[in-house]
Amino acid sequence: MHPAFSVLIFTVTAGAGYGLLGWLSANELFTWWALSIGMQISIGTIAMVLISIGLSASTWHLANPKNAWRSFSCFRTSWLSREAVFAILLYPVAAMYAAAIYFQWESVSIWAGLCLLFSFIIVFVTAMIYASLKTIRQWHHPLVPILYLLFAAMSGGLAWAFLLAWNDLELGLLIPVLGALVAFTTLTKLSYFWLFKVPGGSSIQTATSFLKQKVRILDAGHSAPSFLNNEFIYDVASVKLLRMRWLMLSTTFVIPFGLLYWLPNTLSLALAFVIMMAGLLTERWLFFAEARHVVRLLHGQQRV
Amino acid sequence: MKLGLAIDLDTCVGCHACATACKQWNTSGTIGPLTDTNPYGKNPNGAWLNRIRTFEVGESPQSKTVNMPLSCMHCEDAACVTVCPTGASYKRDEDGIVLIDQDRCMGCNLCAWACPYGARELDPGSGTMKKCTLCVDRIYDEQLPESERQPACVITCPTNSRVFGDFDDPESEVSKLHKQRDGKPLMPELGYNPVNTYLPPREPIQRPQGGKVLGKVKQIVNRIIYR
Repeated sequence: MHPAFSVLIFTVTAGAGYGLLGWLSANELFTWWALSIGMQISIGTIAMVLISIGLSASTWHLANPKNAWRSFSCFRTSWLSREAVFAILLYPVAAMYAAAIYFQWESVSIWAGLCLLFSFIIVFVTAMIYASLKTIRQWHHPLVPILYLLFAAMSGGLAWAFLLAWNDLELGLLIPVLGALVAFTTLTKLSYFWLFKVPGGSSIQTATSFLKQKVRILDAGHSAPSFLNNEFIYDVASVKLLRMRWLMLSTTFVIPFGLLYWLPNTLSLALAFVIMMAGLLTERWLFFAEARHVVRLLHGQQRV
Repeated sequence: MKLGLAIDLDTCVGCHACATACKQWNTSGTIGPLTDTNPYGKNPNGAWLNRIRTFEVGESPQSKTVNMPLSCMHCEDAACVTVCPTGASYKRDEDGIVLIDQDRCMGCNLCAWACPYGARELDPGSGTMKKCTLCVDRIYDEQLPESERQPACVITCPTNSRVFGDFDDPESEVSKLHKQRDGKPLMPELGYNPVNTYLPPREPIQRPQGGKVLGKVKQIVNRIIYR
């Protein structure tokens, strides 16, 4: 699949935003750290800014954005529509949460709970846009939403740790918890790679209905690349894919993990967050570049 | 009604006439225009609703060249309709045709991702998704003589490899062909229940072998005819 840069920015940035908002609301519910009103509101604002950057990036990807408002209409059937609806609904909920913090309402924990729930739902629903597509084996798997949720919790958690450290708060258990989260996510991502090591599912035989014979393409029927080639047939040298995997594993997991353990101070946490965001962009790029749509079979690939 | 096409892989010669007839009709039809970018340049591109691929099936020298036209299968469980967030993609109850409302589409590409057959293409001009309409603006047009109320690709096919009809009616030509020739769906494992059916190439006829003398005579006659 062709990795559209706007979609990479969207899922990574908004993912971190929802993660950060999730940590902030969870802290309200469980009061792990006592934060000042100003600090809570600034962290919430940072999260909403990240989310808004991501959501606006997602609209660059639309070829006909003037109809984007219609995407709220198919809530019952379409995951993309659900994503749009929840993403917009979060704004009034977050505003009520901010008001509840500022005016110290009794209901603040209800709004925090709603924000936590919405953040979780939105990340899950975004991942389901991909996981619901049966045409792409690498996406149509329960690990996809699990990984999206883990990435959001991990990157948002790192931003949270940095913001706490910046305000001279004791991090305490947060560092080992984040370390465990990073380690667990690494294992999950590695098992995802392992699962899709060998091509499977549909083949050129099922795509052409000649189930028992050898089939090979003679002519794809066009003299220049079409929409289908540009969208679905994104070929990268396998050496480059392998290098990107190493780059992704080191920047998303290994370096932030090392920085967390050896130098847990404000600067290193900021650095870890920035490096992890870059790593997550690589991860999302790989998520697209390594996904093989079944249309490739009609263009001569034997298996996906 | 369950309208669709039966496509004969035995007789299709891969001339691409269906694709050009489709483009010609639909570029000025209900979903038109079908924009092209750089049509006379080095890398022409544009929206086509019908594409023909050519495959070699079997091992040489017993292999066969099979031309395979692909357009929308008007699936019974059309995932492209389910994923559409704006409601632009819909499947008609009355005849099963899958259509796109051009005034609602926001060009998010998700339906093209959900389609396993590459049947949907984004129009580079309008930024909306385009697909086969089964020439909905022809098949119900009472101004046309009845014999012409068929999709453009079907009328134009020089080898009659494309047959249009109602798969719900067991007496229709498509249903009979589907049954007689053991029509096959493409990628049935994905569970979209495509309506269009592909009629596999017929088995080569085994000619009865004559005796030794008769064989010799045949050989001589064949050689004379060949000269």
